[in-house]
Amino acid sequence: MSVTTFSSPALAQRQPNWLVRLFDYKPFLIVMCLAPALGLLAVFLTYPLGLGVWLAFTDTTIGRRGIFVGLENFQYLLTDPLWWNAVFYSVFYTAVATFGKFALGFWLALLLNNHFPFKSVLRAIVLLPWIVPTVLSALAFWWIYDPQFSIISYLLVDVLHWRSSNIDFLGSPWPARFSLIAANIWRGIPFVAISLLAGLQTISPSLYEAAMLDGASAWQRFRYITFPMMMPILAIVMTFSIIFTFTDFQLVYAITRGGPVNSTHLLATLAFQRGIAGGELGEGAAIAVSMIPFLVFATLFSYFGLARRKWQQGEAND
Amino acid sequence: MTDTVAQGSAVAKAAPDTMAWDSGLRRLMMIYLPLGCFVLILLFPFYWMAITSFKPNAELMNYKDHNPFWISSPTLAHIKHLLFDTAYPRWLKTTMLVAIGSTTLSLIASTLAAYAIERLRFRGSPYVGLGIYLAYLVPPSILFIPLATVVVQFGLFDSPLALILVYPTFLVPFCTWLLIGYFKSIPYELEECALVDGATRLQILRRITLPLAVPGLISAGIFSFTLSWNEFIYALAFIQSGANKTVPVAILTELVTGDVYQWGALMAGSLLGSLPVAIFYSLFVDYYVSSLTGAVKE
Repeated sequence: MSVTTFSSPALAQRQPNWLVRLFDYKPFLIVMCLAPALGLLAVFLTYPLGLGVWLAFTDTTIGRRGIFVGLENFQYLLTDPLWWNAVFYSVFYTAVATFGKFALGFWLALLLNNHFPFKSVLRAIVLLPWIVPTVLSALAFWWIYDPQFSIISYLLVDVLHWRSSNIDFLGSPWPARFSLIAANIWRGIPFVAISLLAGLQTISPSLYEAAMLDGASAWQRFRYITFPMMMPILAIVMTFSIIFTFTDFQLVYAITRGGPVNSTHLLATLAFQRGIAGGELGEGAAIAVSMIPFLVFATLFSYFGLARRKWQQGEAND
Repeated sequence: MTDTVAQGSAVAKAAPDTMAWDSGLRRLMMIYLPLGCFVLILLFPFYWMAITSFKPNAELMNYKDHNPFWISSPTLAHIKHLLFDTAYPRWLKTTMLVAIGSTTLSLIASTLAAYAIERLRFRGSPYVGLGIYLAYLVPPSILFIPLATVVVQFGLFDSPLALILVYPTFLVPFCTWLLIGYFKSIPYELEECALVDGATRLQILRRITLPLAVPGLISAGIFSFTLSWNEFIYALAFIQSGANKTVPVAILTELVTGDVYQWGALMAGSLLGSLPVAIFYSLFVDYYVSSLTGAVKE
């Protein structure tokens, strides 16, 4: 009884109208499925990317259509000490922050890979800096770096008596640069640690057992098992980290806006200052485009990381 | 006989005890101490944010008479100021609208795309997947200037709709990759059975694949929500009027006024702006971790 009631609507569906049949026609269905995603990406990603490169070769300003000026913008940038300053600080910021994030993040991942109570709670807490909006935690850092009421200065001066005067975190170039890097490392550790922890958990314990039977020390186990096994995932996470640190905007914009005396401009904040705030769209676009070579380099790094992973796991891995 | 055994076991018990104590101390120094430092440093800015938002101004600017790490007389003045004297509720509403809108849009687009790439299997589908992956590597910092002109061309400048349409550029690649991974884990045989039974492709997607991919959809959804809630540079570049700003932008541009920063209000705003994602996060921690690690491993 139940079978017949069940099959009658199914039978009705066997004679579909043309619309249903059209949607069951595979090429049409593929196009329909891909259309929203590819459409959005084409209009708001690929087209602007091309447009950005074009703008970089024009003298467009806000409200005025520019004309093609060739390499003029780039020639100007090459003579602009502020641009060179931004390139220097972008590279420095990326290098130091990435090193810090990975050293500390890897350490944290190794610590979290041990067994102890409340492990999942701890893992959840650790990820918090990464979840909270960057600008909002940057504001907290701004307050922590306050020249007068910095809590770090208070600790060092009034509690520990290590210093006699408050630290001027954001008032002069080098302290400001390192303060921003510290904030970036703080924000980046969770992502690195949790990603690497996932990688650590995939390493088979039998490898460690075998090594221990062979008499390998803890350092040797780390150096010859953990590290090589983590290489592929390290390469991927590092690529992401490098790309998003190099093009970072929020932290610097929120804490120093490129100051003091333009010493902490990253390429992204400089592009914003010239392009949107200053209205020189062409020049801003040129600054943004000048980031691309660095990004291509990082992506190639990722590609070879991935290729290596495939090779390590053999052909059958799909 | 039993005595010696008992003695032997007692000796055997004593030896590991001292070793356990030894390794316990070792564990304390090698694991718990550094772990404690990490947690302390990672959480301190939030503690500081929270404590500042409930401190009266007098305590905020006076470390001599009040211990800065604690509040003597907590006050809700900063939060009251925020909620009733500024457009903060409005900003929250806009942010919520943008986050939900762009998340919905990206989820629909990327579910369909991931299904087509992973399950419909056409010639060149790996390349489409790779293309979408590469799109994820294009950072907003190099797109915002040309995108601003595109947004102006479309007449969407200063409208939250611009953000809803633009955020999918970084959400769709992420969600698509996550969902491709999830679809891969669903046995293909289930779909073959349905095909044999005469189901159409869309029926298979709706009745079989999607219900099985619900954890993946939840992961992608909450992750997209968080990412769009946190987005800053597009919202800063495309929104001009105070009323339409999202929370992160508004706090930085509307609340930071003059030379004397109202730290209490700023921190209260940051705290309130972080709470929605923090609550969301605490409810779905495992999904966050799995999507974070899943996306990296793919």
